[in-house]
Amino acid sequence: MTITSLPQDTVLPAQHTEELGLRESATFDRATIADIQRAAATGVYDIRGWGAKRKVPHFDDLLFLGASMSRYPMEGYREKCDTDVVLGDRHASRPLHLQTPVTIAGMSFGALSANAKEALGRGASEVGTSTTTGDGGMTPEERGQSKHLVYQYLPSRYGMNPDDLRKADAIEIVLGQGAKPGGGGMLLGQKITERVAGMRTLPVGIDQRSASRHPDWTGPDDLAIKIGELREITDWKTPIYVKIGASRPYYDTALAVKAGADVVVVDGMQGGTAATQQVFIENVGIPTLAAIPQAVQALQDLGLHRKVQLIVSGGIRTGADVAKAMALGADAVAIGTAALIALGDNDPRYAAEYAALGSAAGYYDDFQDGRDPAGITTQDPELSSRLDPIAGGRRLANYLRVLTMEAQTIARACGKSHLHNLEPEDLVALTIEASAMARVPLAGTSWIPGAT
Amino acid sequence: MVTLTAPETHAPAAAAQEGATENAAVDLADSPVRNLNQALHDATDGQSWTVTNPGGKHSLAVGIDAHVSVSINGHAGYYAAGMHQKGEVTITGNAGVGLAENIMSGKVHVHGDASQSAAATGHGGLVVIDGNAGARCGISMKGVDIVVGGNIGHMSAFMAQAGRLVVCGDAGDALGDSIYEARIYVKGNVASLGADCIEKQMESEHLDELGALLAAAGRAENPADFKRYGSARNLYHFSVHNSTSY
Repeated sequence: MTITSLPQDTVLPAQHTEELGLRESATFDRATIADIQRAAATGVYDIRGWGAKRKVPHFDDLLFLGASMSRYPMEGYREKCDTDVVLGDRHASRPLHLQTPVTIAGMSFGALSANAKEALGRGASEVGTSTTTGDGGMTPEERGQSKHLVYQYLPSRYGMNPDDLRKADAIEIVLGQGAKPGGGGMLLGQKITERVAGMRTLPVGIDQRSASRHPDWTGPDDLAIKIGELREITDWKTPIYVKIGASRPYYDTALAVKAGADVVVVDGMQGGTAATQQVFIENVGIPTLAAIPQAVQALQDLGLHRKVQLIVSGGIRTGADVAKAMALGADAVAIGTAALIALGDNDPRYAAEYAALGSAAGYYDDFQDGRDPAGITTQDPELSSRLDPIAGGRRLANYLRVLTMEAQTIARACGKSHLHNLEPEDLVALTIEASAMARVPLAGTSWIPGAT
Repeated sequence: MVTLTAPETHAPAAAAQEGATENAAVDLADSPVRNLNQALHDATDGQSWTVTNPGGKHSLAVGIDAHVSVSINGHAGYYAAGMHQKGEVTITGNAGVGLAENIMSGKVHVHGDASQSAAATGHGGLVVIDGNAGARCGISMKGVDIVVGGNIGHMSAFMAQAGRLVVCGDAGDALGDSIYEARIYVKGNVASLGADCIEKQMESEHLDELGALLAAAGRAENPADFKRYGSARNLYHFSVHNSTSY
């Protein structure tokens, strides 16, 4: 959010609040006070980008045990630790074979600039992974630069057409998004340029609200028929993913599998958005850590774990996060926010410009606003020209390599010759909450709350 | 119940040969839908098919991308002629949910009734339904033209972005809710209008385009008997004052 020109009667001189013995309320902290003042001043709820900012149990609350007397480590830099993953071989004759399990999540042209989309495609292709369209159709830039491109099939069907569907390497039917399970997309007028409007068949400059329900199917039985239609149109070649926002991941995963999905994508509440009401981002959905074991359990109960692949997203930042998600049972992960940061989002070199927008490097989340100093979440030609898609792609490729190598480092330490061999038994939890959610024992104990 | 066949049962080579004749007959009582669709995807302009015993099967004639003609004699299930382009599909019977969903061009004509979400998200082309259409007809339409001989159900033209919806009978509740730039013409009664949808003046350009649409659908109604509905454009921008409009 942005604090702009709130009326102030007097300006107090700067003081050291602690020295004065001032106490900040845990309930009404400064961000909360600012929210109330902003609501009172404007009469509208706060819309912003990014995912949940509240602290929730996360991968940081897990640790790997590493090899010991009973487990042999792999030699770092010498012995092979494979990272490849095949996605969609349950029903599709042309599954994806990626070199790293770190994929790029769906982000629309419209939310992002054409240069940013191209950079994502370039970076992903350089390391042999996939990138994903978003709620706005497929652009030639991203198709051209993406070796593996996943085409999202969303309730709005903006820019949806069978030509692009046939060009896609995979189709992702989107039911929900971790930042807002149950919510549709949103793109405010300042980002609806002529090109964006044309791709979405909308008037230029309006505040666009995407549908939250698919227009031609309702529920899992219809979804099975819908998946059948998409398979028929693509001659059973193209893998079909189903993406869900983490809310009831056990049932949603089971139903997606029953409906015929090749791959299930589960996005936790820390997953990002380009524009959503803050109240929605912070209060709907469950943490990624809590979602993974439920989704894995559903796949295991159906006897389809590792046959229907699971992609996890929402707060993946490091190779440790990748390794932890995979140890809990994911086949691959997806990154969105982290990929934008790799492209240059929230870079301190734009500190002065963030300040001018009422924000700061490290805090900027007004992706809905179209004035992104880093030129990523904007349609402004001058701002978006700041992002060189080739240089941005190189930074993303570097980052993806680091994530992959970090995950390998941990996998080798745990004695695994493939990232997929990581298992829950390699993990312990630092907190009771994380232990209960991730279903791994509290460190130093054999206790899993609710299970043992 | 999904009636599609599993991929192991492909016989695309045989199907392609089947489609090589000028007018191929496909009996779905003893040939899988997969073969029909594969033949249609391998088709060249000018070919035609007659499909018998469709039995309400789903995804019939989906993904056509050539100037071909397909006649389906009987009832079709969900998504008949889905994502249609260029060619012409005629259904002599009723059509299930999502008839011609996301149609891009060409023509789909149903000599019967259509279920919910007919021509949903269609980007172009013409969809004609001689009988009635269920709820959400033309939902999220993006340029398609739809002509319905009978009545349409509730929430039709919901979030309709572009294109024309012509209804010769009555329209159900919440017609054109949250409509963008699509145009709706209704001859009969409208149970209620949805948020931001209003009746608009019929000008000569509207009478002309309506006349052309009725003619294209093979109908004899008089354009002057219709009323026009469209967006008041009051909800195009977020405003605190609209909070009670939704």
